[in-house]
Amino acid sequence: MSQNVSAAPTNLKVVRSTLHRSRNIYAWVFVTPTLLVVAFVALYPLAQTFYLSFTNARFGQSQVNFVGIDNYVQLTTQDSIFTDAVKVTVIFTVITVVFETVLGMVVALVVNSNFKGRGVMRAVMLIPWAVPTVVSTKLWAWMYNDQFGVFTDILHRLGIIKGNFAFLATSNGTPFAIGIISAIDIWKTTPFMALLLLAGLQLIPNDMYEAARVDGANGIQQFFRLTLPLLRPALLVALILRTLDALRAFDVFYVLFGNRPDTESMSVYAQQRLVGGGREGYGSALCVAIFLIILVFVVVYVSIFKVEEA
Amino acid sequence: MNVSSLKARPQYQAVVTRRTLKKIASKGAFYLLILIILVYIIFPFYWAIVSSLKPMTELYSNPLTYWPNHLTFDNYSKVLGNNLFLHALLNSTIVSLLVTVISVVLGSLAAYALGRFRFRGRSFILYLILSMTLFPTIAVLGGLFQIVSSLHTILYDQLTALILTYLIFTMPFTVWVLRSFFQSIPVEIEEAAYVDGANPWQIYYRVMIPLALPGLATTGLLAFIQAWNELLFALSFIITPERQTVALAITNFQPQGGQGYAIDWGQVMAATVIVTLPLVALALIFQRLILSGLTAGGVKG
Repeated sequence: MSQNVSAAPTNLKVVRSTLHRSRNIYAWVFVTPTLLVVAFVALYPLAQTFYLSFTNARFGQSQVNFVGIDNYVQLTTQDSIFTDAVKVTVIFTVITVVFETVLGMVVALVVNSNFKGRGVMRAVMLIPWAVPTVVSTKLWAWMYNDQFGVFTDILHRLGIIKGNFAFLATSNGTPFAIGIISAIDIWKTTPFMALLLLAGLQLIPNDMYEAARVDGANGIQQFFRLTLPLLRPALLVALILRTLDALRAFDVFYVLFGNRPDTESMSVYAQQRLVGGGREGYGSALCVAIFLIILVFVVVYVSIFKVEEA
Repeated sequence: MNVSSLKARPQYQAVVTRRTLKKIASKGAFYLLILIILVYIIFPFYWAIVSSLKPMTELYSNPLTYWPNHLTFDNYSKVLGNNLFLHALLNSTIVSLLVTVISVVLGSLAAYALGRFRFRGRSFILYLILSMTLFPTIAVLGGLFQIVSSLHTILYDQLTALILTYLIFTMPFTVWVLRSFFQSIPVEIEEAAYVDGANPWQIYYRVMIPLALPGLATTGLLAFIQAWNELLFALSFIITPERQTVALAITNFQPQGGQGYAIDWGQVMAATVIVTLPLVALALIFQRLILSGLTAGGVKG
């Protein structure tokens, strides 16, 4: 107390550090509920999935044995349904991502120009994204109906087919089925992709186009030399998000085809084994395998990003 | 835009008319393109509405009618008289609302701390949350199914299982978007409150929350839509038909009094229209908010 005057600066320091410490405590108090949720619903289940994947756990059976990498050996060497599911999912991913990106770009460029009703257009474009995938799949399943579907009717009126056309039948083969199912995803996601790209397009200043025009660049040159390079970051992020979504596709496959073996996605197969079949050990190994496959894609994309930046 | 017209050079009549013709043609092509895009987006919805308004005899007759000859609301009254479907609507409303409230309340607290406080472990938590936004839910299904099914009375076949597990995909996104929202609020406002003697908790709910309302609305809406649309967990954790969510109810739709046809598509279409309406309304009303949230989470993420 006697050193009051001379100790003023240290006092300020003390005040600051107590304020800092108390804010530190507050920070942890604020973050803790979220961390608890994350730990309980994500980290612990993830660890549990890894653990179960090395066991022969089954639903309703209390005895669980450690089986090492048996499940993984089985799913890579003996499980042809899983390898088919991986192929189906990867083909589906490539088709949908390519179409959604190209069509989304076209739609974004069209909507980016000034016209009456642009606001309405953007609102309409949001609707397919907002609708549950379950619903959009049902809408298309009805349009694909062999006898009373609108596609059959149109093909009929155009004289291309006579009688019925079974769009969803197994006899058309897996590639046809993937095309049919991709069309649903492309319809649902292209407008959304366009909206993401549109946000990127609007960041490009108009002066740059003016300058390009003065220099005599035509529309196509403007697109490839100006728009595309400037849009690259937005495009890459959108591509990553879309690819990850397509790789884990569940709803559209489950609602349209159920667990038809030749047209299952990876997620549908894993869910069916796990929940329907009650094979918690093997099903968990499938979950981990899907996780690793998706991780490979992430690593590839991230390294492309790094190369771009360098 | 009008660089060429500003130059005002003399032009021949023929050139002018050819130019205006070209302009009209390209404008026509442009609007045709807009029309094609609109029809492509809207047609499946139009077809669902038209199908839901047809009587069964017209729905199942060839050639198809593109506007109902006989309008009927039969399908709607059947669907709305379907107890299981009404249960599903109620269940989805409860689950989606609670998920939204929990994610926004807990998420905004964490987002405020992560956006404004410097503390040890902050960057680790940020990386954890960012990696979770890209996390495929199927990867945790094995462990989650085991946990849920072992907690019989409180989780298995209960809506609580959905409310808890849906936080996996709503929380990280909410925290991530709100953090950037809090960071965009000027620090001076906060400092002024500290000078006035407010503690961080008071600043959070008296100062930051009112300023962040648009961000809270955006993330809340997105959480609601995601929870309303979810299928994988609902299908895995719910068995009792009365506890189904709408996504599940539409997937396993059992029509009332259907005759001769395995699936009564008229009722299915009526059900999809009913489920879709609230989402279309939300999307149209909050278009700007949703888009700003999506680009904040997507483009910056």
